[in-house]
Formats: sequence, structure tokens, C-alpha cells
Amino acid sequence: MDFSWVAKYWPLLLSGAWQTVALLVISVSIGFLLAIGLAFAQVSGGRVTKILARSYCTFFRGTPLLIQLWLLYYGVGSLLPMIPGLRQSFMWPVLREGFFFAAVSFTLNYAAYEAEVLRGALLAVPKGELEAGRAFGMGRFTLIRRIWLPRAIRIALPTIAGEVVMQLKATPLAFTVTVMDLYAVAYKVRQDTLLVYEPLIVVTVFYLILTAIIARCFGLVEQQVPVRR
Amino acid sequence: MASLETTLQLLSPYPPGWGGTLLKGAASTLAISAGAYLIGLAIGMAGALGKLSGNRPLGLLLNLYTTAIRAVPELILIVGLYYAGTDGLNRLLLLAGMPPLEVNGFVAAVAVLGFVQGAYMTEVLRGAILAIPSGQIEAARAFGMSPALRFRRVVLPALLPNALPGLGNLWLAVTKDSALVAVVGYQELALATRLAGASTKQYFLFFLAAALLYLAITLVSNLVFSLLERRVRRGQPALA
Repeated sequence: MDFSWVAKYWPLLLSGAWQTVALLVISVSIGFLLAIGLAFAQVSGGRVTKILARSYCTFFRGTPLLIQLWLLYYGVGSLLPMIPGLRQSFMWPVLREGFFFAAVSFTLNYAAYEAEVLRGALLAVPKGELEAGRAFGMGRFTLIRRIWLPRAIRIALPTIAGEVVMQLKATPLAFTVTVMDLYAVAYKVRQDTLLVYEPLIVVTVFYLILTAIIARCFGLVEQQVPVRR
Repeated sequence: MASLETTLQLLSPYPPGWGGTLLKGAASTLAISAGAYLIGLAIGMAGALGKLSGNRPLGLLLNLYTTAIRAVPELILIVGLYYAGTDGLNRLLLLAGMPPLEVNGFVAAVAVLGFVQGAYMTEVLRGAILAIPSGQIEAARAFGMSPALRFRRVVLPALLPNALPGLGNLWLAVTKDSALVAVVGYQELALATRLAGASTKQYFLFFLAAALLYLAITLVSNLVFSLLERRVRRGQPALA
């Protein structure tokens, strides 16, 4: 075991960790907002929105994330330059990057899994609480904002923590589309120094630390809103 | 995008088209998944019984196995175990004085994915066994059944209804995780698709086709598992 390379690659490891965290935060926060829409579309939408939301979830949960990522990066990425004017637009430097495609595909994928969790949680909110809200004369959106959604999120919180950790464990796939995340740094170290296990062990420790931080954060949030049983 | 005619030509199963390559890739995805799933089932059953046996050192070892495997990203596990496995095997062979062996990509993929599946399987099966009313097992013991007979006649039929939803999820997870093997260079559906895309520049078409193949696998598996679950739940009262 030789860990002397760590001194030289330290800045690269930190920037890799930063890329991993950025991918995670972007996909989880935007994906969560999408999931709220998708979950409500399935629970209280009309027939067409219900079918659309269901098929979205089935597609993204039924195919591997790697295929979704490559479909976007290679597939959509090769079609994008055909849109006239896009290459000259200010957006192009962003749209050209693997990071953009990784963030989009992780977001869409996370939204599908999270929507399924939220759907169950929305259905688990006691009917009486919703009826009480309605009896107070709350409108549809007030009811959702004040009672239905907060209660559902509280019910789903432990599952959401698990989903976020799963999402963290999915981020190394970004290295296949040239993102310099933690795993990509390990790959580069292996190519430079011909060490196979040491870089993998070091980035694994990083992932474990990130997992512990996520668990701790959710634990703190759960303590803020205790459930009475 | 290509016209409909060229699209059909590209997807045709015969050589100028790439449909055959994709289908072959799908078949090897299924083969890898099935192999890994069976290995995972065996490891998981042994692990669950080991964890429940009450043997302290064995329990600690199995806890380390399930916790470590479930905490580390799958891609890192697959890459790490892929190299560690082939490397370790060759070192063992060297110690035994035998020439090094070129490990078949298929065998390595199945072994690595199976080892990862085993950890998740252990937890699913442990939970399913714990959910069996202990009176049933005690009754079997009171009848004087040997442990093997007790397992076959009482434990196994009673744990299946509890375990099947989890086992179904794991099957879907392994079919999707098998795509990660593409990263270490074994040609299954994901890698075959990238190859087809690279040689024709029709990435979008082929990745969409591959996604639909994976989706078909998922939907058919869902159907099979719901039929299986109905079968093992026969005679049980309907769930609320």
C-alpha cells in the first residue's frame, strides 16, 4: 500500500469531491421539485396527466441510469449542434460540457424515484387532517402548502434520506461522460501511478464521509419535527 | 434524425443492421443478471442463516460484509472487485505453482455482481425469516423435524411470501446494475449499444432502442414476479 501520491493529488481530490457534491445537490434539489409535481399528478391529476406521470416514472425507473446518461450525452448531445444558432449562443459553453448532461440525467432519474416515494407518502397522510383543512375553508393550494405536502414530506423523510444516499452512490457514473468527479480522480491517479487499489480506497473513504454527513443532516431535520406515535 | 427506412435498416437483425448486436447484448445482459442473481441468492441465504445462527464472530463478519457492500458505490465495487478478483486469483495460482489464468469477462462480471447482490439478498432474506411467526418453527421442532427438513417444509415456504417483493426489486436492480459492467469493458447491452452508435453516428436511435429493451425486460419481470407472488401467497388472506 502506497499513499504517497495523496500529497500531490490532494487539490484534485478536493475538486473531485466538489464536483460530486455539486452533482448531488443539483440533482437532488431540482429533482425533488420535479418529483413533487409528478407525485401530485399521479395522486390527484386528471386521466392524461396521471398516465403521463406514470409512464415517466416507469421509463426512468425501468432503464439503467447509465443508458439514460449516454442517451443524453451521446444521443441528444449529437443532435444539439443541429439546432441553428445554438452553437453561437451564450449557452453553448455549458451545453458542451459532460457535467451538464450528467446533471440533467441524474435530475430526471432522481425525480422518477423520488416521485414514487412521495406518491406513497401523499396517500399516507390521514384523511381527517385533509378534511379538517378543508373544513377551515382552505383552498386547494393552501391545503397542499400548509398540510398535505409538509405532512407527506415528514412521513417520507427516512426514505428520502435513503434515496439521497443512493443518488450519491450513482454519481460516479458521471466519469463516463468526462466529468472530473471523485471517481474520475481515482481513475486518473491509477493511470498516472499504476496503483489500482489505493486511489479506490481513498475515494471510497470520501464517499463514506459524504454518506455520514447526509445521514447526520437528515437525522437533525427529523429531530426538528418529532413524530408522536 | 434518419428517415424511417434507414432507421429500420439500422435496427435490422442482419449484418448491415445492428439489431442483432443489440439483441445479443441483451441476451448477455440477461445471462449475466441471471448468473449473478443465482449466486446472490446462494450467498444471501447462507448469509441470512449465518446472521441468525447467533454465532458472534460469524455475525460480525457478515455485518461487515453487508454494511461495506451497501455503503460503497456500485461502480467502485465493480471496478475494484473486478481487478482485485482477477489479480487475487492469479496470485493464488502463482502460489500454487500454476500458470496465471486469463479470467473470462463473463465469469468475472457474474462473480462480482453476484457478490454485491449477496449483501442485499442477505438483508432481504434475514428480514423475511425474522417475519415468520416463531410458533411455526417451534411446532416443526416439536414434531422432531431435522434442521434440513424444517427448512424445506416450514421455513422456505413461509419466508417466500415475505421475501418476494424484495427479491423482485433486487432482480430489477441487477439487470440495471449489469450495465455497469460496460465500464470494465465486457460487451453486454450498454456497451454493444455504444459500439453501434459509434460506428453509425446514430447514438440517439440506438440508445433509445437499448432503453426500450431494458424497459421490456423490466416490464416482463414485473409480470413474472407478480404471478410468482400470487402463487406463493395462495391460501393467505388478502392484504388490506
